[in-house]
Amino acid sequence: MIAPVPPAPLAPAVEAVAANPWVSLAYLVAGVCFILALRGLSSPTTSQRGNRFGMIGMGVAVVTTLVTHVPVAGGLSDRADLYGETWNYDYFAILEILAAIGLGAAVGITTARRIAMTAMPQLVAAFHSLVGLAAVAVACAAFLNPVAFDIADMVVPMIGQPFASIHVVSRVEMALGVAIGAITFSGSVIAFLKLNGNMGGKPILLPGRHALNAGLLGAIVILVAMFTRDQSPWIFWTITLLSFVIGFLLIVPIGGADMPVVVSMLNSYSGWAAAAMGFTLHNIAMIVTGALVGSSGAILSYIMCRAMNRSFVSVIAGGFGASDAGGANGGAAIDRPWKRGSAEDAAFLMSQAEQVVIVPGYGMAVAQAQHVLREMGDLLKKEGVRVKYAIHPVAGRMPGHMNVLLAEANVPYDEVFELEDINAEFAQTDVAFVIGANDVTNPAAKTDRSSPIYGMPVLDVEKAKTVLFIKRSMGGVGYAGVDNELFYRDNTMMLLADAKKMVEEIVKALG
Amino acid sequence: MDFISILSIFVLACFVGYYVVWSVTPALHTPLMAVTNAISSVIIVGALIAAAASSGATGSGVAKWLGLGAVVLASVNIFGGFAVTQRMLAMYRKKEKRS
Repeated sequence: MIAPVPPAPLAPAVEAVAANPWVSLAYLVAGVCFILALRGLSSPTTSQRGNRFGMIGMGVAVVTTLVTHVPVAGGLSDRADLYGETWNYDYFAILEILAAIGLGAAVGITTARRIAMTAMPQLVAAFHSLVGLAAVAVACAAFLNPVAFDIADMVVPMIGQPFASIHVVSRVEMALGVAIGAITFSGSVIAFLKLNGNMGGKPILLPGRHALNAGLLGAIVILVAMFTRDQSPWIFWTITLLSFVIGFLLIVPIGGADMPVVVSMLNSYSGWAAAAMGFTLHNIAMIVTGALVGSSGAILSYIMCRAMNRSFVSVIAGGFGASDAGGANGGAAIDRPWKRGSAEDAAFLMSQAEQVVIVPGYGMAVAQAQHVLREMGDLLKKEGVRVKYAIHPVAGRMPGHMNVLLAEANVPYDEVFELEDINAEFAQTDVAFVIGANDVTNPAAKTDRSSPIYGMPVLDVEKAKTVLFIKRSMGGVGYAGVDNELFYRDNTMMLLADAKKMVEEIVKALG
Repeated sequence: MDFISILSIFVLACFVGYYVVWSVTPALHTPLMAVTNAISSVIIVGALIAAAASSGATGSGVAKWLGLGAVVLASVNIFGGFAVTQRMLAMYRKKEKRS
């Protein structure tokens, strides 16, 4: 015979707190601050104010949570509420929380100060993985201790111990939160390893990966459905595990130059994970933030895909450039004549020009050539040359990567132009200076229907009177595995060297 | 709050996000990613609740440590994300003074 156990008290203090309208209002203020933070980024002049709004919003959200959820020794005693006794604060637990925040702050600020601007894509990927892991940890904590999150009812069965039955809606939210968080985490770790060079940039194609991914995804959906009926721990942990695996499998086959899409996509996922947890906690700040970040990442992914004329699905399916079709038209062009120039030739041509347009790409980031490039720009400006920079949306490894590097090198942002703003100007340009970019300048994208990059918007550099193209050697091809028409044009001069060394020599020749 | 009110907030916030993000200048897309990273760490709210509530009667020690771990991770992101965004944006501002 099992003795009937009285139901454990449901933390009444949490209920009382949740009902306080001021608390909800504070979270709403935080949400509005986050909207203003993104709004500020519409122009460099308002962006810093926007960032301060973001910090204020985060401060409001954290302080509100801290003061409404002070740890109490010996549990949330119902006596304290019923008899108006003073709370017996658990000072050690408070200290632990503050120490955790302090530790995170120290690590975060040190990293942010030290990181090189060229390593920004890796840093962002690493930060995404942290959001994902934090979401997983919070979802697991909510599953293990649902009463603390106010998402469960105590059930006293006829036989056995009373247990906390998690609300059905909360179960779905929780399962989605843990799944999206886990995918964000493992996907971002792979993206980080690829961007950081710990893992080759070449796509790794597993046989039957589409079937495997679809099977895993199906299994997760079925498990989430089961979880609504049965809150057994094994279901929850299996969902978590499978999601880690699928995040890993999704990103492994995607190659280096498709990283702008991947990083944007993971950014979006981290937002949806936060939103799912916001649903679980009924927290306005988290829901608004999740929606903002989720749509931000989705829009960036869309912009990146459009800039490559590829569908989102084909990027996620992976393996660009590794497909069998790519090699077919690359081989024939090897023996075509091309012109080679020296740094002195380049310096002379540019100093005589009226307008020079510089086209930077990932190669500039790898060579860390942005500072010496700006030096070259300054020298040319002294000679009375108009210098502009043209940026393709997918140049680099993340959206806006080139803009940040040029900003770091003190290039005025009003000299930097986007593709659609500058493309018409190449016809009136004397010299187009391509440094570390390749596929985004390939005219075959406009004319050659058989080319894998056909239809991709490209910079019309070939319309300039002279094209100077810095490249390490004539052997290599761009990421897409296609030969670039541009190399063999009459108005193209190839500068074969490391990007940084070549620009340094040009600077010497100009000075 | 019932599910429908929360869903309404979510859907409307998605629309706000859509229009706000399209108005972001492409030159600031990297700072945009950094700052969205920082604000998505508002998930620290859930971590703080888990870390603080665990001494409750039903409290599970594991939930508390998961919460504390998540507080550390989210804090790295919040402070790191805002700091690195600030650093990037300061570089853009300098230009304006020069020109």
